[in-house]
Amino acid sequence: MTNSSTSVPLNYLNHQTGLWSWLSSTDHKRIGLLYMYSITIFFCVAAILGLLMRIEKIAPGQTIMSAQTYNGMFTIHGIIMIFIVVIPGLAAVFGNILLPIMIGAKDVAFPKLNLFSWYVYITGAFLGLYSQFANGHSPDTGWTFYVPYSAEASSNVVIALTAAFVLGFASILTGLNFIVTIHRMRAPGMTWFRMPLFPWSLYATAWIQILATPIIGITLLMVIAERTFHIGFFDPALGGDPVLYQHLFWIYSHPAVYVMILPAMGVVTEIFPTFSQKPVFGYVPIVFSSMAIALVGYFVWGHHMFTSGMSYESRWFFSFLTFLVAIPSAIKVFNWLSTMYGGSVDLKPPLLFAISFIFLFTIGGFTGLTLGSLATNIQLHNTDFVVAHFHYIIFGGMGFAFFAAIHYWFPKIYGRMYNFKWANISWGFLFVGFNLLYFPLFVIGIQGMPRRYFDYDPKFQTGEMLSTVGAFILIAGLFMMLANLIYHSRKGAVATANPWHGVTLEWQIPSPPPHENFDEVPVITRDPYIFDNPQTN
Amino acid sequence: METLFNQGSNLAEAVDRAFIFIFAISFIFTIGITVLMIYILVHFSRKKNKNPKQFSHNTKLEVIWTVVPLIIVLMMFYYGWVGFAPMRQVPADAMPVTVIGRMWSWEFDYGNGKVSKELVLPFNKNVKLNLVSRDVNHSLFIPAFRVKEDVIPGYENYMWFRPIMKGTFDIYCTEYCGLAHSAMLSKVIVLDSLEFKQWLTELKVPDNLPDPPGLVIIKANACITCHSLDGSKVIGPTFKGLYGRKTLVVTESGDKEIEANDEYIKKSITDPNAEQVKGYNKGLMQSYKEKISAEDLDKIVDYFKISVETK
Repeated sequence: MTNSSTSVPLNYLNHQTGLWSWLSSTDHKRIGLLYMYSITIFFCVAAILGLLMRIEKIAPGQTIMSAQTYNGMFTIHGIIMIFIVVIPGLAAVFGNILLPIMIGAKDVAFPKLNLFSWYVYITGAFLGLYSQFANGHSPDTGWTFYVPYSAEASSNVVIALTAAFVLGFASILTGLNFIVTIHRMRAPGMTWFRMPLFPWSLYATAWIQILATPIIGITLLMVIAERTFHIGFFDPALGGDPVLYQHLFWIYSHPAVYVMILPAMGVVTEIFPTFSQKPVFGYVPIVFSSMAIALVGYFVWGHHMFTSGMSYESRWFFSFLTFLVAIPSAIKVFNWLSTMYGGSVDLKPPLLFAISFIFLFTIGGFTGLTLGSLATNIQLHNTDFVVAHFHYIIFGGMGFAFFAAIHYWFPKIYGRMYNFKWANISWGFLFVGFNLLYFPLFVIGIQGMPRRYFDYDPKFQTGEMLSTVGAFILIAGLFMMLANLIYHSRKGAVATANPWHGVTLEWQIPSPPPHENFDEVPVITRDPYIFDNPQTN
Repeated sequence: METLFNQGSNLAEAVDRAFIFIFAISFIFTIGITVLMIYILVHFSRKKNKNPKQFSHNTKLEVIWTVVPLIIVLMMFYYGWVGFAPMRQVPADAMPVTVIGRMWSWEFDYGNGKVSKELVLPFNKNVKLNLVSRDVNHSLFIPAFRVKEDVIPGYENYMWFRPIMKGTFDIYCTEYCGLAHSAMLSKVIVLDSLEFKQWLTELKVPDNLPDPPGLVIIKANACITCHSLDGSKVIGPTFKGLYGRKTLVVTESGDKEIEANDEYIKKSITDPNAEQVKGYNKGLMQSYKEKISAEDLDKIVDYFKISVETK
């Protein structure tokens, strides 16, 4: 252990100490870490809930929990994962830590608002947890809160909805902060098209956050009003329209998928050039495909509702638009492959996670096309195929990109390096476990196994059982990875400022970065991904 | 006997054609991308390639990989649309059956008061299902027929198909509807048209004696979704033979034996968790204090009394 504070230069981690110095910090890097630690804890809780659900489904009938418990569990698993982990996820953690550095700024535009956003987030997160325990029973509506059930169910739906509403505010404030930061605080000489691609993806994301999130906020308030004052927006017994709720819900929740995946795409776009020592292929198309996804993503929500009784015309039109939104994603995949092609490719842990991202995202994307097609959607809608599809996108995509990001920026964040061997082993468990957990769900989904089923026909048991085995392997990999990272964040070998030989700005400052990032404001004179002197040793 | 990929209805073939087209393309591309990725990792590994090329554009390539996927996805859209369009065009001669979904059972109404718990249909005859919900959203899914449509209160949703295979097929509810969602199951039974006619003739019309007032209130509050009338154990204890029954209940101060008299029954409705019958879960039932008036409580108790006496 060589951690003598006298020899370590001052940086954002050690320039102030004590819990309060963290809880009151307006430093974007510290706020990013606050988000990271809270998100990691919530992620582990929800992952364990997921494992418990998988154990319940290892055999038909009741195994370890009652139907009511199971229904409550998939609801809170969804609420935590979607609203507390995945939506803030990459943007709040790595966006906060890296966005200002990557554009050559000392902080975000509104540092105090940034800290406030974290407190709003934590308030929402704890409200979400509270909704599970208050009055002795948990909400059981699923994270989608469909009315009329959510307007009638006797459990703590109002608290859960309020939690989602509060979390939405944190999301809006972060988005606003990032947009202003990117517009106003880029270093001198950093024109829009000299900005690295992770900031670009955050920019596209931020617009979705501030434009789409208010819609879910209003919708959740409407459900609360419906439950409390019996107004009749959605409940047909009161003259309302239950499908209107589904429209409003998905107008937000579909773009929210892009809030999750766009920063993930941004992360891997940073990793491929560094580990190939080669410029990003097709910088401009990547920028425009991000913005295109953000834009077209607003107009495809109806594909969640192909069986809801929408008009024939809206069904085929939403299907058509859904296929269009696939194109920018496909372009990005080809760009990533071409970035590596001809490079000097170094398969270090961050790249291993990044290429797994491509593989899993490709499967998630293609199964998404199967769901976007009308005829096949009718068969697959609300089956386990959908569950498998969105886990491939959200966990295989956003989750693996998050793992890639932490393995990539870890030496920058902590100034130390994790153990590569253990990173690779835990990757193996995660990758094998992931596919074993979710792939069988595609198969039983095609055969007709509905989602959110506590009990099932014995003919689906093989798939369900394989899936449960996969869940154990995945969880094992997860804790292995966490142990490797947590241990080495304090005890790992000291990392250099630029261990991967990256060329973006974050690699040009010490690891960990100083409190105010740059001693001198950098002046940008050229494109972000130029490798004058590729390091291939 | 149901196998995995029965094409049980006239609509299934076109749906499966879309499946095969999309899966084939997806499979080819996923394998292609993966193989290319592995090739790059091996061929351009740092050990082998010390001089990374520094190109970053290739307009021709970029146009190709924008246009080709665009054409492919438009073809996917087309196949999906062609497989779907006939599902919305109901033939004029389709036999109407009203499907009633409620928490957590299906009912199939053939008109003239003839109601069945299973969807019995004649072979090779067009049928239109009118979907009605009595409470929350449900969804009628018959995997072997490749049909699914949500059953939404206040909406006149429908589906149609022609069964082209005799046998028994699963029906699932595929819109989450609460506690026993996964038990909201039924069967489609496809018979010869003669067999079907016979079945329909023999289907009993339930005697339409009006329910006693207490039972009307019980049904209106959906009590029977959790408490059966026929003695079967559902979520809560059955109503059959309730009045005067002696049971063990769990209270805050421990277990005790009670008799289900007027007072206990009323208390169970207004404060269900205070004295919960042992063996059932607390917290599932809400209080009906605000929803059922004192007068109605009396009617419910009267119903329980009468139903015990008449047994």
